[in-house]
Parts: sequence; C-alpha cells; structure tokens
Amino acid sequence: MAYSQQINGWLRKIPAWPLYLLLPIPGIYTFALALLNQLGPDPLYELIRTFGERGLQLIILTLLISPIRRWTGVSLLKYRRAIGLVSFYYICGHMLVWIAIDQGWNVNTIIEEIIKRPFITVGMFGFWTMFPLAVTSNNYSIRKLGALMWNKIHRLVYLAGAAGVIHYLLVVKAWPMEPIVYTVIVAVLLAIRLWWKINKKKKKPA
Amino acid sequence: MVKFNSEYTYADVTPKSYWLNRRKLMMGGAGAVLASTFAGNVWGKAFPSPIASPYSTDQEPHSFEDITTYNNFYEFGTRKGDPANNAHNLTTEPWSVKIDGLCDNPGEYSVHELIEKYPIEERIYRLRCVEAWSMIVPWIGFELGKLIEDSIPSSNANYVAFETLVRPEEMIGQRSGFLDWPYREGLRMDEAMNPLTILSVGLYGDVMPKQNGAPIRLVVPWKYGFKSIKSIVRISFTEEMPPTTWNDQNPGEYGFYSNVNPNVSHPRWSQASERVIGTGLFAKKIPTLMFNGYEEHVAHLYEGMDLAENY
Repeated sequence: MAYSQQINGWLRKIPAWPLYLLLPIPGIYTFALALLNQLGPDPLYELIRTFGERGLQLIILTLLISPIRRWTGVSLLKYRRAIGLVSFYYICGHMLVWIAIDQGWNVNTIIEEIIKRPFITVGMFGFWTMFPLAVTSNNYSIRKLGALMWNKIHRLVYLAGAAGVIHYLLVVKAWPMEPIVYTVIVAVLLAIRLWWKINKKKKKPA
Repeated sequence: MVKFNSEYTYADVTPKSYWLNRRKLMMGGAGAVLASTFAGNVWGKAFPSPIASPYSTDQEPHSFEDITTYNNFYEFGTRKGDPANNAHNLTTEPWSVKIDGLCDNPGEYSVHELIEKYPIEERIYRLRCVEAWSMIVPWIGFELGKLIEDSIPSSNANYVAFETLVRPEEMIGQRSGFLDWPYREGLRMDEAMNPLTILSVGLYGDVMPKQNGAPIRLVVPWKYGFKSIKSIVRISFTEEMPPTTWNDQNPGEYGFYSNVNPNVSHPRWSQASERVIGTGLFAKKIPTLMFNGYEEHVAHLYEGMDLAENY
C-alpha cells in the first residue's frame, strides 16, 4: 500500500487536461495520413477501422480504472473522464467517416444499412449508449443529477463496451485475433463488476 | 542446368524456353554459362512476352504495389498487409502439383513443366473480393482447361477440387485454427473448363509474388476472390461437390458457387457496389457487375439456376 500512496502522490501533480490534447493525436495522425493517401491501398477501410479500434481501446481503459484502484490502491479516477470523452470522439469519428465518406450522406441507404446489417445496428446502439455519458461528463451534471443517479447513468459504459466488441466480431470474416482479444478483455472486465455486485449483496445481510 | 536448391527463388530458374531464346541472343558459349546462371536476375522478367488475350479487360491494371501489399491470404495472417510481411518465408522451389482422383492420366508436375507445356498468356482481369473491394490484375498463366484435358477426366468427374500447401513452419497463419487447413476450393467441371479460368504463375510479366499465391494459383474472375485458391499443391477430380474452406466455415455466408452477384447481399453487407482499391479516401464506389462483368462468357453455365438459392 505504501507504494500506491507514493504513486498517488505523484499523480496528484499530473493534471488530467493534457489527455484531451494527447489522446486524439494518433487519430489526427491517421486522418492526416488518409488525406495524404499514405494509409495503404484502402485508406477508407483503414481509417474507419483505426478510429473504431482506438475508441474501443479507450473504452477498455476506462473500464480498467476501478479494478486497478481496488487491487493496487493506485487511483487514476481523475483521468477517467478525459479518456472516456476522447473514446467518444473516436467513435464519433468512426461513425462520421462511415456516414460522410463511405455512405456519402445518403440518408436512405444509411437508415437501410442500420436496419438491415446487424453489425451496424449493434454499432449504432453502442454509439447511443455513449451519448448520455458524453453529455453528462461534467461537474455540472454530477451536481444536477446527484452522484447516485449520475453513477447509474454511467454504468451504460458496460453496454458500450459489450456493443463495441460484438460489433467488431460481427464485421470480420472467420475468427481473426484482434476482435477475440478485445472481447475476452471486455468480458473479464464486465465479469469483475458482476462479481463485485454479487459479493456486495452477500455481505449486506451480515 | 542448375541443380534445384531450395535457396533459389523461382525467379532464379526461368523456364528453359526463355533462357534458350536469350542464349541465342548472346551467341556464345561463355554467354550461355552466364545466361543460365543469372537468367532471372540479369535478364529481367520471367515472362517477357506472354501472349495477349482477347479476354483481357482494357481497363488500367492496378499498380504492382497495390496488388502486392493488399492481400487476403490467411495462411500468412488475417490483415491485408500480413501476407506482404510474412510470405517471404515460403519456399516455392521445388514445387509440384499433384493431379489425382477420377482421371485416366494422373500425375505430378513441377511448375516449370507446366509453364513449358502450356501457352503462357497475359490475362488482365477484374478481381472482386467478397468484402466489396476490387482491383485489376495483369495475371500471367494458362488455361486450366488444357491441363484438365490432358489429365483425361473420367465421365463421372463432375467437379475439380483444389488444395493449398500446408506448411505451418513457413505459413504462420496456419499455426492458428481460424480456418480449417488446408485451404480448399472447388469448381464444377464446366466452370473449370471455361476459357476464362486460368492457373496463374505470375503477374506483371514476372513470377508470382509469394503474397499473391506463388508459385501457382487459380484465377476465376467471375467469382469472389476467395474462390481463386493460392499456392496450389493438389488438383483432384471428384464425382461429388467437394468441401470448400469458406463454405465449411460459414455455409450461410459463403456458397459453393460464390459468383459475383450485385443482387444477392452477403448476409452482413451489401454486394451492390465496390470500393476500387488504390483510388484514395474520397473515391466514389462503383456498381458491381453481374458475374463481375464476365456475363457474356459465363451466364450460360447457370441457366435455369436460382442464383439467390445457389449463392
């Protein structure tokens, strides 16, 4: 515990705001490569995939913060909002590239695709689970909603993580490595929450 | 003649007919030694003058770089760049193709024997992947039908089955079981005999790059790309429809026929249009053509068949 206190001491000196600038950099870099036609023979697919994957990685990172605190005592809580919001930006980028470039703003086919293609249906669902999280990721909302309600809303991130990996599994052919790895990670992180919940209930009557 | 050695690439041992021609050009004994030693390297392309084909499209082929860096060849990994990064480990020399099953003249041929035996043509074909992208490739090869005729298939040989090499030491994708190796494909006999169907041994006038299915692969331009099996070691004649890899993996999504068909969606995505590889981020998609634009040559093969049922 001594080490974790020391680490927490250092972390107090490191503000969260630079994350808003740093975390989007890989995405901006990928987008620039795509514009310069330096993203390989199929830049559109590569851009959509990269944005989606980065978004999913950051969602996973936000899900890691609680277990890390419980098991090591190291608290990264104050960084979670920035990571979560930037993950939402990536998912917005992922969806926007699909809507604007892949589908060319064709509203009819976009709606048709969302209805007809299960992987897009699931992806859209995932996006809308993140939307309330993003708009309430500010101190004003916490005060307004109250911590209890706010926490409840923010459990939607579990659905977002699950939708993200299912969306990824549904879009690929056969069983390539990456979506399987992400699915296992998200499944473990959600199982941990379930485990905590069960244990809490067991302890209560005592 | 140079003794075959696995350290030589296929480019080092150009077909005899080509270096014999070069030898004539060199007009001298010392030159002949030189020519046979450095053939592939000093003298450029392995197939400098393939026969042009009326089946070729007059569309501009994709760049060598696009064709050799954007590949689906799961034996070397599932990402598009994996084959270009990992296929160099594949030993393609020596290589032989076994012909067996229901035929009167089975055999085993080296790729060199096949190249010497059959007229080598350039076929510039459209390639349409089941993932809704496409490119244009200047293949080098010969008609599969000629090899089939010489193998004298029995009257009950209704199908032709193909198998890719299994060598996990060199094909790192085969160390995982995401597909059931060996990769298998198959054609109905009339599809295999169609003059559009070729066994390809190169592209852009040179030997086949390893990531594109060296040293010998199938090309069936009116079907989705995965039907065009790569790095073939076995061709068998069968009476029953042979098992095929993607059909086994997911029969609801990948049929035995897998003809390019804009009217029949993949269960998870539309097949009505395609992204042309290498045209940049904002390129417009183009409509996918029935049988990938080869309708006049192959539509008769499927007369009376429900293509939504037999996808």
